[in-house]
Amino acid sequence: MISNYIFSIFKEAKCIQLMHACMKVCIFSTCIVDLLYPDVGKATVELLQRFGCETFFPDKQICCGQPTYNSGYDRETITTFKNQLDALLSIDADYIVGPSGSCVAMLHEYKNIFKDDPEYSKKAQILYDKSFELTQFIYRVLGILDCGAELDDTATFHRSCHMTRLLGERTAPIVLLEHVKGLELIPLHNIQLCCGFGGTFSAKEPLLSEAMVDDKANNVLKTKAHILIACEQTCLMNIGGRINRRRDGSHITIMHIAEVLNHNVDTSRITYVKDTDHVMVPANGNGVF
Amino acid sequence: MGIATSDKPFTERIKDAEADKFMRASVAKAQDAQFQKRTEARRQLGHWEGWRDLSAEIRQHVIKHLPDYLEEFSDNVQKNGGHVFFAKDGNEASAFIKQLAIKKNVHHVVKSKSMVTTEIGLDKELLTIPGLSLMETDLAEFILQEDNWDEPTHIVFPTLHKNRNQIQKVFEKLGYDGDNDPEHMARFVRHYLRNYFMQADFGITGCNFAIADNGMINLVTNEGNADISMAIPKTQVVVMGMERIVPSLKEAEVLDNVLCRSAVGQKLTSYCTFSKGKEADEADGPDDFYVVIVDNGRSKMLNTDFEPMLQCIRCGSCLNVCPVYRQVGGKGYGSIYPGPMGEVLSPILGGYQEFKELPYACSLCAACTETCPVKIPLHELIRHHRYVEMDELHLDHSPSNALLKAVGKGTSSPTLFNDAMRFAHIALEPFGKKTTPEDIKNLYPDGKINHLPAIAPKLAHGWVDVRDLAVPPKYHQNFRHWYRHYEEEEEQEND
Ligand code: SF4
Repeated sequence: MISNYIFSIFKEAKCIQLMHACMKVCIFSTCIVDLLYPDVGKATVELLQRFGCETFFPDKQICCGQPTYNSGYDRETITTFKNQLDALLSIDADYIVGPSGSCVAMLHEYKNIFKDDPEYSKKAQILYDKSFELTQFIYRVLGILDCGAELDDTATFHRSCHMTRLLGERTAPIVLLEHVKGLELIPLHNIQLCCGFGGTFSAKEPLLSEAMVDDKANNVLKTKAHILIACEQTCLMNIGGRINRRRDGSHITIMHIAEVLNHNVDTSRITYVKDTDHVMVPANGNGVF
Repeated sequence: MGIATSDKPFTERIKDAEADKFMRASVAKAQDAQFQKRTEARRQLGHWEGWRDLSAEIRQHVIKHLPDYLEEFSDNVQKNGGHVFFAKDGNEASAFIKQLAIKKNVHHVVKSKSMVTTEIGLDKELLTIPGLSLMETDLAEFILQEDNWDEPTHIVFPTLHKNRNQIQKVFEKLGYDGDNDPEHMARFVRHYLRNYFMQADFGITGCNFAIADNGMINLVTNEGNADISMAIPKTQVVVMGMERIVPSLKEAEVLDNVLCRSAVGQKLTSYCTFSKGKEADEADGPDDFYVVIVDNGRSKMLNTDFEPMLQCIRCGSCLNVCPVYRQVGGKGYGSIYPGPMGEVLSPILGGYQEFKELPYACSLCAACTETCPVKIPLHELIRHHRYVEMDELHLDHSPSNALLKAVGKGTSSPTLFNDAMRFAHIALEPFGKKTTPEDIKNLYPDGKINHLPAIAPKLAHGWVDVRDLAVPPKYHQNFRHWYRHYEEEEEQEND
């Protein structure tokens, strides 16, 4: 890829801004953003463009396939996978970036799912190499430490299961949040426990899911933070939706991390990782962990 | 009943479990305590990921060459003067041990904790022998026995569902008149059991690892009762699942290290014993030594996607990290194997009909996969059960099945998905209510849905009965419209 070649020249010369300017990024919106939460998608695009990336949006993309795949409908989901793969690769972008660790981890899983398919295994490998979760991309690929955002408030961070355990990314969002001006992060007790979303699990097993999300909501409210942040809009829908239903007078604002990093931005504050090499791994998927 | 512990339907079990506030609090407390201890013990060992890799490799190697190792082990047991019996299923194993007890004219049986004997229902079988008495000597198993054979709810801490007051009540029936201090109660049981041990003529133990190249049995315990069960009775029977084998002492050392740290957060348990039959010039140990190797459905896993489950060393740490187990404890699962490992094992050993709901009682959070010391991809295997149930056995004929199939169609066709985006707002808006200042900020820009009519699909109720749902944005305000518009503006600016 020519852009990769130019990228490496700029990288050698440590011209970070120029490096970003030649990056083509394909937006992987996720179906939840398409159907319910446009603001998360907007923040994602605005962030990437601010950092100089050229963004593209292939219209044929739909969903990573988790709702049916994780419910056991493997055969039915194959068409969903193939559609998604073809759509995301229909643009010759350098990277594919989405605002969800879980959905990106699912894209990575295509590699295993298609391992015996001569045509799609190759495509799945390309997808694996190119796709990143948003904060992972900002921190590890763009090498950004401070997005220039400001949010004068207290917040707690819910660490989503698939992002940490399947994608293996637990550092990037924390580093970026720590650099948001004015933001005070309050630790969340039992941060490692699942919030009870689990995709169709939350609808299929409401009794179990309710007990789990109640636990999580209690821990969140105990922090007394004003804002709950996560890299996963679905977890936020679940925890926030439960708090809203309980009507016990608790107040909390829900923010996807993209919205936080895109809040009150002063571009003069944007700073980069000093030694770019240790976090910057272009087109190299999971190689950093 | 096999491995099932309850004949109530799944949903009822879950409701019962959730109503048991005490049980939930004690499970949560135990999980939190184990979290600290386990993490610290693993940290002290250092290079945890390296130990996991090594342990997984050892277990995979053994499973791959299982017939060879079983033969080697069995030869060596016989060389040591012992006997080996291979049992196809639980009935065969129980029948063999029962016959042996009758032949030896046994009166007093002592048992130490063993999941596989619970699995094959051995206790109840032996107790049909007239004049035979049997005693579980592991403290927790003893409590269960004395509490009218209550079922275990954890594979390492069988009485996790009981509090000290309940236990005190159980012991009072045996003549205990002290307080509910665990130490006092344990001392009482120790005394109570000691007399029984001295008359025991038949000992039954489980097996943590069987050492192939010397025919020894490795047991790790904290109470030492297993060691007495091996030392005093004239006849000893070891019952083991057919996969519990390691090539040599070297591999046992690796696995004991990860097992103790994972199971109880200790470097090593108080007792770590390697034993075989009696040595010629020693007084201790059984005259007659039997090993019963049980298949009971395990070989069904060989050469299938479920084969990694045979790597399991029954450490229980997947239960200790599971957020579902945290809410429903062992009883909710209705199997002697609860938690993530149980969700994988129970449908295989006990059948899909009996346990078809279990693989769905999981949010696929992968905490189990992350903690498993032998790297079993538990959450993937749980998901794979769903695949077997839906795509191979077609066990679900409910409207939810049809709805999910429709979701499958909708997420594979760009046209259908576009229709979904187009009509989402129109279809759901009638159920919506206006967002008020009382509502959580940022979650309901276009209103919220907090109630659905009774005829709405079960899955939709599943979500909305518990949480408020956002009303989707109008078609012209969705992300894709915004993006198109945004791009056009950008282009104009650039021109
Ligand atoms: S599956 Fe893994 S974590 Fe669970 S009991 Fe077995 S060895 Fe332990």
